[in-house]
Amino acid sequence: MTARQPLEAIVVERTQESPTIFTLQLRLSDAAAQAAYRFAPGQFNMLYLAGVGEVPISVMSDPQERDGIGHTIRALGRVTQGLAALRPGDSLGLRGPYGRGWPLREMEGRDVVLVTGGLGCAPVVSVIHYLLRRRERYGKLVVIQGVKHAEDLIWREQYDRWATLPDTQVLLAANQGGALWPWHVGHVTELFEQARFDPGRAAALMCGPEGMMRAAAEKLLARGLPESRLHLSMERNMQCAVGRCGHCQFGGAFVCRDGPVFDWGQVKSLLEHRGF
Amino acid sequence: MLVARLMELGYRCLGPAAENGAIVMRELAAPDALPRGLQAAQAPGRYRLQQDPHQRYFAWANGPQAIKPHLFAPRESLWRAQRDEQGRLRFTAVAPPAPMLALIGVRACDLAALALQDAHFLQGDPPDAHYARRREQLFLVAVQCAEPASTCFCASTGDGPTPTAGYDIALAELADGFVAAAGSRKGAALLDALNLPPASPQQMAAARQQGQAAAASQTRSLPGRALRDVLMGRLEHPRWDEVATRCLACGNCTAVCPTCFCHAEMDEPAPNGQASEHVRMWDSCFGESHGHLHGFNVRPDIRSRYRQWLTHKLATWHDQYGRSGCVGCGRCIAWCPAEIDLTAEAAVLAGDREPS
Repeated sequence: MTARQPLEAIVVERTQESPTIFTLQLRLSDAAAQAAYRFAPGQFNMLYLAGVGEVPISVMSDPQERDGIGHTIRALGRVTQGLAALRPGDSLGLRGPYGRGWPLREMEGRDVVLVTGGLGCAPVVSVIHYLLRRRERYGKLVVIQGVKHAEDLIWREQYDRWATLPDTQVLLAANQGGALWPWHVGHVTELFEQARFDPGRAAALMCGPEGMMRAAAEKLLARGLPESRLHLSMERNMQCAVGRCGHCQFGGAFVCRDGPVFDWGQVKSLLEHRGF
Repeated sequence: MLVARLMELGYRCLGPAAENGAIVMRELAAPDALPRGLQAAQAPGRYRLQQDPHQRYFAWANGPQAIKPHLFAPRESLWRAQRDEQGRLRFTAVAPPAPMLALIGVRACDLAALALQDAHFLQGDPPDAHYARRREQLFLVAVQCAEPASTCFCASTGDGPTPTAGYDIALAELADGFVAAAGSRKGAALLDALNLPPASPQQMAAARQQGQAAAASQTRSLPGRALRDVLMGRLEHPRWDEVATRCLACGNCTAVCPTCFCHAEMDEPAPNGQASEHVRMWDSCFGESHGHLHGFNVRPDIRSRYRQWLTHKLATWHDQYGRSGCVGCGRCIAWCPAEIDLTAEAAVLAGDREPS
């Protein structure tokens, strides 16, 4: 898709994941465009709500899935609240995919540590699904996720299920637990000592608040993970998605085009300063 | 003669005009409508038109805008969404009108800025269609700056005051007329058709000397052309806090900067709710919304916004387009209501001047 304007997409399915989080399964109305649509996990689409505006949303479905494009969205602003009101059969605009996704092919044969915090879960959950469907190509999986409140964790049954899989470790933390929170209460970075992986053959993917990612990076690098195998997804204001409008600049990088997934070494020095 | 020929060729010719106390580019009603004797005195926070005693055509250094708004439109629609009778959404690209346009009197700094805008809007796949369409239709008549303003520092950025590339025709205005040189095939064809007498060796020498004198007369300069590492190494310098107490975050500097490319994209629904225009508008990194994310502003304070602007312009532009984003035009100095001088700030940050 190289045109600047969106294509029409239809809501095929809508799932309410939590009081504010929902998933839209979309299909491009033009069958040829839908068949030709390809993306890599970690890339995003611009979704357009008629008459209101566009928002960048990560694609969370599996890249092998051909008949729909999944987006998990939190209803927060004008556009996302409007998207939340869409029902199956409704139409919206879609352009994409944009940006650089996770280097999942390079990670084959490795242990994979997935770190998320706050609301950064959707892009990483889609990676977990991706890895589990290709389980034999990867080593150990460690899922480390932190949330503020216990009730912020969506897809809870999935975590329970993943925890029972061989060579798969699930480490969850909530700053504020609750009666039914069986996992760690405290900060997510307190879980890293428990993570079982071989730093010499592991790679890590991080997504979430920058403070959390910096703390997590410190822990992972201290365990001996090389910088070149530490990747993170950045979030910035993205309006054009093609590296022109300038809002998402992070130093010399345009997050929409050069990211949103970066190697730690590309961004670490600027992440130390607030305001970029 | 030159303007008359451009008009014959079908170009809409824009040249300098005095409007609201500043030089602006306006359509020339007739080939001989170029104003004479205008000069622009500039200083930090100050721009005043005055009379040039020699009654020359191009004695003014620059106005607030030159080429940028004619290629990167301040506001334009990119695409349109419409709902048809079946309720389906249809998206159509908007093709902007792109008349053949000639700009008369652009300066070396403007041409250097144009090269940077070209890099931003034309590199990458696909190039920006709106910019590209207008760019193809543009004819540039550049003029050597004989009298830089006090705010000018193009000699230190290596971009002026004599145009060296990027023009169709370059002029040097001398006491006894113009020396013209072609910089493109279009420009050469036009000059051939005018059948001008060749410039004398004396005129050529006078033009060269005039350029050298103009460069020598510039009092401002940047502390080097490769400021990337020095500035990125000083991101917590106390000067950022200090300049934040003076900067009003009004965005004037970004509006007059010929290389600033930030723009907002927004949707404007038609009153009947059945259609909507996707519009882009110049935006500024000094604005509240530039770094907006849900529940979080990347740059909540003026310190971080000024630092974003200056480090982008002088440092990280090198990473993006292989050189600094500053062409030494001095507009950000003249049009800053708080009289902030980029060259002074850069000098303090780079450490070769005591804070004043």
